[in-house]
Amino acid sequence: MNILETLSKLVTESGFAGFFAAGGWKNLIMIAIACVLLYLGIGKKFEPLLLVGIAFGVLLTNIPGAGLYHMGMWDSYVYGCPYDPVNDYALYNTAQERSYNDAELNYYLYARSCGQTTDQIEAFLSGAEKSEAELNTECTKLGSSSDFDQSIGMDVLSKLKTELSFTDIIHLGGLLDILYIGVKAGVYPCLIFMGVGAMTDFGPMIARPSSMLMGAAAQLGVFFAFFGACLLGFAGNVAASIGIIGGADGPTAIYLTTKLAPAFLGPIAIAAYSYMALIPMIQKPLMRALTTEKERKVKMEQARNVSKVEKIIFPIVVSVFVILLIPSTAPLIGCLMFGNLLRETGVTERLSDTAQNALMNIVTLFLGISVGATTVAARFLSLQTLMIVGLGVIAFMFSTIGGLLMGKIMYKLSGGKINPLIGSAGVSAVPMAARVSQDVGRESNPNNFLLMHAMGPNVAGVIGSAIAAGFLLARFGG
Amino acid sequence: MNTLALTAGRLNVGDAGITAVLGYAVVFFGLVLLMCVIMIMGKAMASSGKKADAKAPAAAAPAPAAPAAPSAPPAPGSAGEVKLFDVPDKEAAMIMAIVADQMGKPLNELRFKSIKEVK
Repeated sequence: MNILETLSKLVTESGFAGFFAAGGWKNLIMIAIACVLLYLGIGKKFEPLLLVGIAFGVLLTNIPGAGLYHMGMWDSYVYGCPYDPVNDYALYNTAQERSYNDAELNYYLYARSCGQTTDQIEAFLSGAEKSEAELNTECTKLGSSSDFDQSIGMDVLSKLKTELSFTDIIHLGGLLDILYIGVKAGVYPCLIFMGVGAMTDFGPMIARPSSMLMGAAAQLGVFFAFFGACLLGFAGNVAASIGIIGGADGPTAIYLTTKLAPAFLGPIAIAAYSYMALIPMIQKPLMRALTTEKERKVKMEQARNVSKVEKIIFPIVVSVFVILLIPSTAPLIGCLMFGNLLRETGVTERLSDTAQNALMNIVTLFLGISVGATTVAARFLSLQTLMIVGLGVIAFMFSTIGGLLMGKIMYKLSGGKINPLIGSAGVSAVPMAARVSQDVGRESNPNNFLLMHAMGPNVAGVIGSAIAAGFLLARFGG
Repeated sequence: MNTLALTAGRLNVGDAGITAVLGYAVVFFGLVLLMCVIMIMGKAMASSGKKADAKAPAAAAPAPAAPAAPSAPPAPGSAGEVKLFDVPDKEAAMIMAIVADQMGKPLNELRFKSIKEVK
């Protein structure tokens, strides 16, 4: 046994060597980003329950050689194109928006045998479609200038998967690939919604149904950011996924992005949860700027008591009406309202408790780490990510503005009985946004208690963002 | 690396604007519809509650009027009953004591209507 050869093999196959390979520096940057996110989650307590999981997923997926998550495999699943498990590469021609044809597949196998990397092959195939003659010429050129090893191409060909199913992913994938199936199938966000429903008291909204108008108005940011993303050149499906950040509802953002633009799930989820944690910083200056001292001082009358029967009927009625209106909202609204029904019936306390605690915690664990795993350096570090981060904050700001403007309209129409500050709570983010309304209200009048009044628009915002997501899914979904 | 298609399905400004306005309108329509349904539901509940209230004395009327037991007089300083929603008695007592302390007023001068846990 040659000791030097063994040591050399150990070094070249270790993860450390991966940092020095082409593009390896990007992994180092991603690991640094993961550490920053961990600091924000642990040190600054920014949505720690999800951000810590997401950050750790970012860390794990970007350690070279860990093999926990395979980006190429999921690209292949999404596009229905052949998959090369040896190089974790989806044989998809991005420029032509189709799977590789036979000539391109032959070129791919030959180029790999000549030592070309997948990036080099993709760069050659990008742009105008290459004819068979052009591909043959390129093969001849590669064959003459490189050490040709046919076994590499034959190995790829023997392991090539023409079509991937979840079963293949379980067989071929890493741990995070398997956990990610729950995101891809839309299971985790819906289960989280079930827990949210079980934790939410819709009483304040039922007592004052007009608060739904503020929940609707506060979806302004979703459509404003969508429009902005379209102007910046994003495709409609990607723009829709970026826009939904303005709904300030993490599970909805994840659900919609998984369906419409899975390649952007990482940056969108991180932006959504980071901004939700920053809601006080984003909303308070806007609330102070858009309302007068007199408006902020308004003390609202106590809303009527809501009977138990009303609370039980509510989730049933909402499920029927909203799903009939936009059928694509069925998974989100159905789970949200089922969770709420468990809470309100009074005879399913154990189930309600499980949905609120055990189930919610387990799903949060899986969701966070598997969403974080999608932030593969090669895709995350791009101009698009910066654009998404920028559009996300714009979406949050315009949602706040939309809610506040509706609050001001209702202040006028009610003869000064409604405090416009509760409008900003229409951005979902339960109950953080309602707490911000309470805080800003108390700055002007320390005896003012807006929390329960703000909970109305707040929970209306959850339904509003689900409707917005349903609309975008119906418009851009397959 | 496969850079996923960014340009596929790109919308022009007009289409993007129409989609955005239509989407916002659909959200409003959905929630306004729901608002109307909840208002109708609330009215129906209120009217059925009134009917039940009206029926209750009518049903009680034929029965021989039993002398009503005089309700126990409230303890000195007591300010009526407080309705508790998902709040145990001990916590309610603690909350009332804290509020009284914070406001610097004796507990028997305060009136608590209800205490509800905000979740």
